[in-house]
Amino acid sequence: MPTVPDGFFDGVRATLPLLLGLIPFGLVAGVAAVDAGLSPAQAVGLSVVVFAGASQLATVDLLAQDASLAVVVLTAVVINLRMSMYSASIAPYFEALRRRWSAAYAFLLTDMSYALAIGEFTDGDADTDATTAPNGGSTAENGTPRDRWYYFGAAAFMWLVWQLATIVGVVLGASIPESWGVSFAVPLVFLALLVPELSGRPRIVAALVGGSVAVAGAGWPLNLGLLGGALAGVVAGVVVEGRVAA
Amino acid sequence: MTTTHGPLAVWAVVLVVGALTFAIRYSFIYLLGRVSGVPPRLERALRYVPAAVLAALVAPSFVDPGPTVAATFLDGRLLAGVVAAGVAWTTENMFATLVAGMLTLWTVGFVL
Repeated sequence: MPTVPDGFFDGVRATLPLLLGLIPFGLVAGVAAVDAGLSPAQAVGLSVVVFAGASQLATVDLLAQDASLAVVVLTAVVINLRMSMYSASIAPYFEALRRRWSAAYAFLLTDMSYALAIGEFTDGDADTDATTAPNGGSTAENGTPRDRWYYFGAAAFMWLVWQLATIVGVVLGASIPESWGVSFAVPLVFLALLVPELSGRPRIVAALVGGSVAVAGAGWPLNLGLLGGALAGVVAGVVVEGRVAA
Repeated sequence: MTTTHGPLAVWAVVLVVGALTFAIRYSFIYLLGRVSGVPPRLERALRYVPAAVLAALVAPSFVDPGPTVAATFLDGRLLAGVVAAGVAWTTENMFATLVAGMLTLWTVGFVL
């Protein structure tokens, strides 16, 4: 029997508590995609290729509203920009990987896999704490093989669960009557992701400004209310941060 | 609402969003060694991206300014949003948030 590398199953096991959030989210992603008029293959394809729930929901939501394709793509990209920070933060641990593997590891990078892995990498390893800082790259130690297998076990397992949840959602989605208002679950998922973000005054202001501008601009063409709101919120957050620091 | 974009357009969106998302994820993992990290200014701005984008995304789904203040606030979706936000805040559990929000929406729809 081939042996499974040390750390792999620890990574898989660490995801189990997160599945309570991941599975309903994946179900909603499947249901919402079918509700928006995507074919089952397109709905599953979106989960396989993109594998980023919030941007998938935004994509199908905007497609359903017949937003222009440029707005759909731009919105999804803006939502996923935060992952560049994860990429910077986790990069030192992947430095020893071959290029093909590092690409695969990057493909599996999500909010949840990042949070799990960085917590594990820095746990009980106080002298490498600096590596959690996005700018700590130059001083970071390389991760151990066990660290990398832990990440891969967790991230690959979450990818698999995400696909299965999406498929179930796609199957269910076709049989759920529209009067149940299941599409309302989409903003609720975003809300569940938003609320834990609201720590500290700058972030709260960023959300308030972003939300208010988006409501005011709900009737603007090309979904400019959404992009304008997001931009205004980020600017407001940076400005308030400057004030707090001053 | 269902999309009127054709299958080719939808597949194009799937592939382009997938490719660009991968580029974001791979960016610094690929570049490591060539740059020393995210520029501090960009990093500061990125910190507010999730809160701002998510709020801009959800707010219009919950707040639909009506002709009167009462009509705006006595909306099932807003009430459901407030209840769900409260549950999200106290439990940080996505499943509980979804259930609370949907139950509120159905209850209000039944009562009003």
